[in-house]
Amino acid sequence: MRVLPSGTTALLLEFDNLDQVLALYAALTEDRPDGVVDVVPAARTVLLVIDPAVTSLVALETTVRRMSPRPGVRRTGELVEVPVTYDGQDLSAAAELLGCDGEELVRRHTAQEWTVAFCGFAPGFGYLTSPDWPYEVPRRSTPRTRVPPGSVALAGEFSGVYPRESPGGWQLIGRTSMAVFDLSREPAALLRPGTRVRFVDVGLRP
Amino acid sequence: MTLRVVEPGPFTTVQDAGRPGQAAMGIGRSGACDRRSYALANRLVGNDPGAAVLEATFGGLVLRAESVLVVATTGSRCTGPWPHNAPTFLRVGEEVRLGRPVTGVRTYVAVRGGLAVEPVAGSRSTDVLAGLGPAVISAGDVLAVGPAAGPMPGVDLAPVAEPAAGDVVVAVSPGPRADWFPGEAWSVLLSSAYVVTDNSNRIGLRLDGPSLERRRDDELPSEGLVRGAVQIPPSGRPVLFLADHPVTGGYPVLAYVDDDDVDRCAQLRPAQRLRFRRTLPRRDGQPASQVRR
Repeated sequence: MRVLPSGTTALLLEFDNLDQVLALYAALTEDRPDGVVDVVPAARTVLLVIDPAVTSLVALETTVRRMSPRPGVRRTGELVEVPVTYDGQDLSAAAELLGCDGEELVRRHTAQEWTVAFCGFAPGFGYLTSPDWPYEVPRRSTPRTRVPPGSVALAGEFSGVYPRESPGGWQLIGRTSMAVFDLSREPAALLRPGTRVRFVDVGLRP
Repeated sequence: MTLRVVEPGPFTTVQDAGRPGQAAMGIGRSGACDRRSYALANRLVGNDPGAAVLEATFGGLVLRAESVLVVATTGSRCTGPWPHNAPTFLRVGEEVRLGRPVTGVRTYVAVRGGLAVEPVAGSRSTDVLAGLGPAVISAGDVLAVGPAAGPMPGVDLAPVAEPAAGDVVVAVSPGPRADWFPGEAWSVLLSSAYVVTDNSNRIGLRLDGPSLERRRDDELPSEGLVRGAVQIPPSGRPVLFLADHPVTGGYPVLAYVDDDDVDRCAQLRPAQRLRFRRTLPRRDGQPASQVRR
């Protein structure tokens, strides 16, 4: 773990891989140090934001260095089943890039249990990973200016669901009618770090 | 109790203390850009610290009291007879009329009782990047005002400094990716004046000045950031993030403005110049990793 400076109210912890990020995030969720306002996991880092009235960055750094996250331990939350119609515009192109066909890609996508590693890009946009997912999916060379909400997509080692209409460069393989971000719900984001996800192929039903 | 928006001015939003604690779900903090002025506005009318106010950018706001109200403005002082930094009683039909900012850009308008608009994800702040929170204020809006929370502070006027008119100097320390840049980049940042462009908003200040080139081309996996981050996009022109910054960013952060100084950055107007000086390492409160270099 490397501790990198991020101004007078935050520290950025950098790791070699996502597993280490998730192990530390799990440890911090279980036992959050006093005065930590936000914990922001990402692909290789965890940002800790403090309330300087409660704690100091020195104290926080000492606490974090004393933590002993157990590798391989992830925060696991509830299991959410996401119904998907696999008719995405990039399904066959993505399958081709990966050397299989659309059917095989769908079979693999629905066979995994995914876990939300972290969020970012937009409110409620979860980056889902699975230890058994064998693919690295390149992004589209030209991002779309408009991706419809509910689009189920792939990029890199991740899968995701677009919470709202937005621009995006991920490969679209399907769509869901499930609202992954709903402000009338508390919390609004369905896919939060640690949430487990199973994608269910519902054919052509919306 | 209600307040009617007669003229919204160029850009006015409702703001409060924002949405801390939700960044892991991709929801940024947002909230008032100049937190010190925001806090003062609420104090002047006896509100709780997190009460919702109006944040008017470039003045121009006209409000009409539809009940007897107590109002205080802070931050950027605007032209016109309205008393600034001073709690003021309004009778029914009386108006708050803000002209153009004399210095600074953001004026806070607190109403005793706080604005009782519907909260979204725990806050009444408009986050312009995420598209969360109340709609941007427009003419004809009628804003509900909540019940008074505490006693009036018993002051007629808060003698606070006005936002600066000329060059502004703020303290910076190296950011998490300072090592992605040659040593010269840091010297250039500390020795140059950067001009605030009119492409700036609540998300951040886009600065124009000497280009800061990084020395590595690899892609940075997106990582969490907070306000005050000085990010260097491929153009080499720095972006200084303010309240509605993205939760994570994929361009390297060269430096961080001290949180205490970000409020002053939020009052900079286009064409104003910003200079950076090195933060003095403190003996406490600052991690060893931050004092190096």
